[in-house]
Amino acid sequence: MSETTEATSRPRSTKHPQPRPGDPPITPELVDEHGLSPEEYERIQRILDRTPTFTELGIFSAMWSEHCGYKNSKRLLMLLPTEAPWVIQGPGENAGVIDVGGGLALAFKIESHNHPSAVEPYQGAATGVGGILRDIFTMGARPVAVLDSLRFGDLDSGRNRYLFSGVVKGVGDYGNCVGIPNIGGEVFFDRAYDGNPLVNAMALGVMKREELILAEASGVGNTLMAVGARTGRDGIHGATFASEELSADSDEASRPQVQVGDPFTEKLLLEASLELIRSGHIVGIQDMGAAGLTSSASEMAGRAGSGVVLEMSDVPVREPGMTPYEILLSESQERMLVVAKKGHEAQVREILEKWELEAEAIGEVTDDGHFRIEEDGTVVADIPALPLTDGCPTYEREGVESDEVKALRARDLSEFLEPRGDLTDRFLRLMESPNIASKDWIYHQFDTTVRTSTVVRPGGDAGVIRLQGTNRGVAATTDCNGRYCFLNPREGARAAVAEAARNLVCVGALPTAVTNNLNFGNPLKPHIYHQMREAVLGMAEACQLFETPVTGGNVSLYNETDGQAIYPTPVIGMVGTVDDVSQVVGHGFRSPGDTLILLGENREEIGGSEYLYRLHDGLVAGEPPVVDLLAERRLQHAVLALIQQGLLKSAHDCAEGGLACALAEAAVGGTGGPLGLSVEVHDRIAPVALLFGETTGRIVVSVDPEDEASVLGRARNHGVPARVLGHVGDPGDDFRIDSPEGAIRVPINEVARRYRNTLADLMDRDSDIPGGESHAST
Amino acid sequence: MKIAVVTFPGSNCDHDCYRALKLLDEVEPEFRWHRDRELGAVQAVVLPGGFSYGDYLRAGAIARFSPIMEAVVAFAREGGLVVGICNGFQVLCEVGLLPGALLRNESLRFRSHEVHLRVESTGTPFTSRYRKGQILRVPIAHGEGNYHAEPEVLAELEGTDRIVFRYVTPSGELSPEANPNGSAHHIAGIVNESRNVLGMMPHPERAVEEVLGSTDGLGLFQSMVDHLTAGVTT
Amino acid sequence: MKRFHVEVRVKPRPGLLDPEGKAIHHALDSLGYEGLAGVRVGKVIDLELAAGNREEADARAREMCRKLLANPVTEDFELAVAEAPESDDEGGQAS
Repeated sequence: MSETTEATSRPRSTKHPQPRPGDPPITPELVDEHGLSPEEYERIQRILDRTPTFTELGIFSAMWSEHCGYKNSKRLLMLLPTEAPWVIQGPGENAGVIDVGGGLALAFKIESHNHPSAVEPYQGAATGVGGILRDIFTMGARPVAVLDSLRFGDLDSGRNRYLFSGVVKGVGDYGNCVGIPNIGGEVFFDRAYDGNPLVNAMALGVMKREELILAEASGVGNTLMAVGARTGRDGIHGATFASEELSADSDEASRPQVQVGDPFTEKLLLEASLELIRSGHIVGIQDMGAAGLTSSASEMAGRAGSGVVLEMSDVPVREPGMTPYEILLSESQERMLVVAKKGHEAQVREILEKWELEAEAIGEVTDDGHFRIEEDGTVVADIPALPLTDGCPTYEREGVESDEVKALRARDLSEFLEPRGDLTDRFLRLMESPNIASKDWIYHQFDTTVRTSTVVRPGGDAGVIRLQGTNRGVAATTDCNGRYCFLNPREGARAAVAEAARNLVCVGALPTAVTNNLNFGNPLKPHIYHQMREAVLGMAEACQLFETPVTGGNVSLYNETDGQAIYPTPVIGMVGTVDDVSQVVGHGFRSPGDTLILLGENREEIGGSEYLYRLHDGLVAGEPPVVDLLAERRLQHAVLALIQQGLLKSAHDCAEGGLACALAEAAVGGTGGPLGLSVEVHDRIAPVALLFGETTGRIVVSVDPEDEASVLGRARNHGVPARVLGHVGDPGDDFRIDSPEGAIRVPINEVARRYRNTLADLMDRDSDIPGGESHAST
Repeated sequence: MKIAVVTFPGSNCDHDCYRALKLLDEVEPEFRWHRDRELGAVQAVVLPGGFSYGDYLRAGAIARFSPIMEAVVAFAREGGLVVGICNGFQVLCEVGLLPGALLRNESLRFRSHEVHLRVESTGTPFTSRYRKGQILRVPIAHGEGNYHAEPEVLAELEGTDRIVFRYVTPSGELSPEANPNGSAHHIAGIVNESRNVLGMMPHPERAVEEVLGSTDGLGLFQSMVDHLTAGVTT
Repeated sequence: MKRFHVEVRVKPRPGLLDPEGKAIHHALDSLGYEGLAGVRVGKVIDLELAAGNREEADARAREMCRKLLANPVTEDFELAVAEAPESDDEGGQAS
């Protein structure tokens, strides 16, 4: 290794970078292979005032990919609200940061690893968790929880079971090993995700406010150091890869680009990074994530308005003979770029060595605003940093709704509202739907209690963790119903925000901020761009109203297989604060005899429901439930106040499967085992819609009978419709709902059995070999 | 009294154990780093859970060669109290302070949920606060917790009252469904012959506060304090 | 000193329950492969080491197995020692 920490700045090179021996000539074909359009290439030539070298072309290709450059989404993202008094750091950093009181700050973010997971589910999901954890601890925050928002095709396909099983194991193994509790998330199955699963991982971290550190390369002469794992050839051009559609043969062709995660190194890197940040020896730190060293170094320079020079021969590599192109674009995992204060390199190394990690000086901060790459002292790339990081062309495209969706939405659903009488069988089939059934099969593979701060574990409306050393807590949830968004993207996005906020208040948390993961198909298709724009508009409106600004997130486009796009899936990751964790309530009933109260109104809405999909051969049609944002806000204020007054024993929102399934989930969800219930509803709407329709803005609560009148009165004072539904029964009682035209009656233990066994029965089969079945029949 | 919590690279329950011990007025927990060669003046040692060295090769196999482990073994041989939880149990088996080995869970999956434990022996420094037959609710979180030993070893453990905890149903019955990992004889925790070294897969340190769902693990740490306090006064 | 390549095969001891092997056995059965009498899953560890001769290489590898690579409670091991060809340098393989 050569010495790179001499006392004076390097002399500025005036020579243009020259092609390296062996570089391919820059042809239109090569430009195209790098995912750059002719217009974008022209812009590159203008920025450089010359033809780029092969290395430079690779750098631009990565930075101007959809993944890093947000070229098709940036203009839409600008429509989202991003500010509030409690927001400390909004979009543009590794993670958003908010004030959560008591001098503490919460860093949080969600990120997708859809494409890697489609190719190699175990490593794809594992490295997704690794990446999002690094985004959190590079802000100076200690990761305290992860959530995962997952979508797969239907589980009757072996391929989908393989993907599901591998992703769950990957998420679990990585988080378990690093020792971060999983506190929730969501899983949704629908044929629209066949071959294109969505794996969105969210992480939360806590720090003292003053410990916040930004990813900036500031201070001329400061030293850039590569920290953690060595750089290998894995994942080269992962960022570009994430921006392309998958095709049938992509799993074979893409395999070499898959990165392998090492959670053990991650754990050491986590401890070392936090120690480094607290030590005062560094000024900035960033994960080498998508587009690796290129994006981390150029973005850190871009944010600080400085420049950097990197010496390729000083980068610790795993394999000999790596070219600058490969080193710059490698996406090897568990690596960080650290900007050490000049003269503090030895102390940085010492901290890393304590954690059995490497740190090598690989360059320094300059004042010329250039991203300059040298190889043994010869310049191989020299690009103005700001145009590279911020100059990516952005596009606003023509959006047109597809006729197919218009027709589906307009479809008359009245024939499906016919069934009357005993609806028990239909109810049980819904309870057995993987979208409704217990997700314990998943959560039992995740460590949910490590760090001894988990107050509400996965499986409820939202996860809650205590902020250590205080009575305060933070809650988090992820939500999005892709079917609603498919049928009506604006309404679906509003519903996602509303449900996330509703989930948070159900545990007693005040919703405060959002991180979003926009999963869509190919934005160049007008109907996809229409979905994106509409979804962002719906999200913006709802976030504005709930005062939950978006502090960052991730965009994942080109989620298509053989030209077929996934449902538009703008996942909302929302966080909230809890003043006193001892007041938190769960979703499960607690005591026989308690009064059941419905807050909110039933409406005759069945469009986009799980009922239609599950009981009518996968039908996805109709207008999805309409969200009344103002009524929703009144409802949420009421529930939060009731919980803070200690008047509620449980609260659960009505989502997929409607009122009947919400009641059932609460009946089997108590810690003391399933409790029966007896409920009467008198609404004059079709019983199928009444019981299984997914009208939003409804929360079922259980209260001590003595508090019944008080709860009804207070809810109405908030302007929220409230009525008694019935009572919680004893263990072993029937689950019983009566309405004028339809009824359900079945022993609660039977409901519990079906609800709990579905996923395990589907997944724990003989053929479910770990690591095998990569080409299972579909 | 001082109790050491050992941190190996990859330990992730070290702080949890530290906090659980800190809840007891009498205890001053102290961290020990895997490279330390001496334990110092401590009355007991906790080997916490986690994934020391990434669980590579076999869980606990590499950690047992850490410099600190020589001191831990010497401490145990002199009668010092040592408790290994989860990964700590695996380390204790690998280093030979406890018999047997922990294999991959029979389901081949990581298992994380609350289990019910039956206190089988109160005649240990770790369980004097419990009643024999008492049922505890404590979380597990492990991929390799399937206790295995030769039949003669199992017979000896049974015959000498060295099985401390077994996995049971909520009402205290032995059943395959209540055994989360396939452990022989439903074993969740055992002690060595001189009863001063305990290894267990479940996490008592995660069941020490009502807000976390259970306080059933507290008795284990309190028993240790009782034992050490008695030892000091006599 | 010569360089030797030692392949260490670590296998679950006979009679020890091997759930992974069992699962694979079931899967192969259900894929229609008949007459399968047993499936056991172990691991292979490749060692590159320098030693004066083959016997010494074998002895050193055995010691490593007894000390670390295999757990005598649950695992057996087998060795295959071969002299490595000259100048077989594959570069650093750090983690």
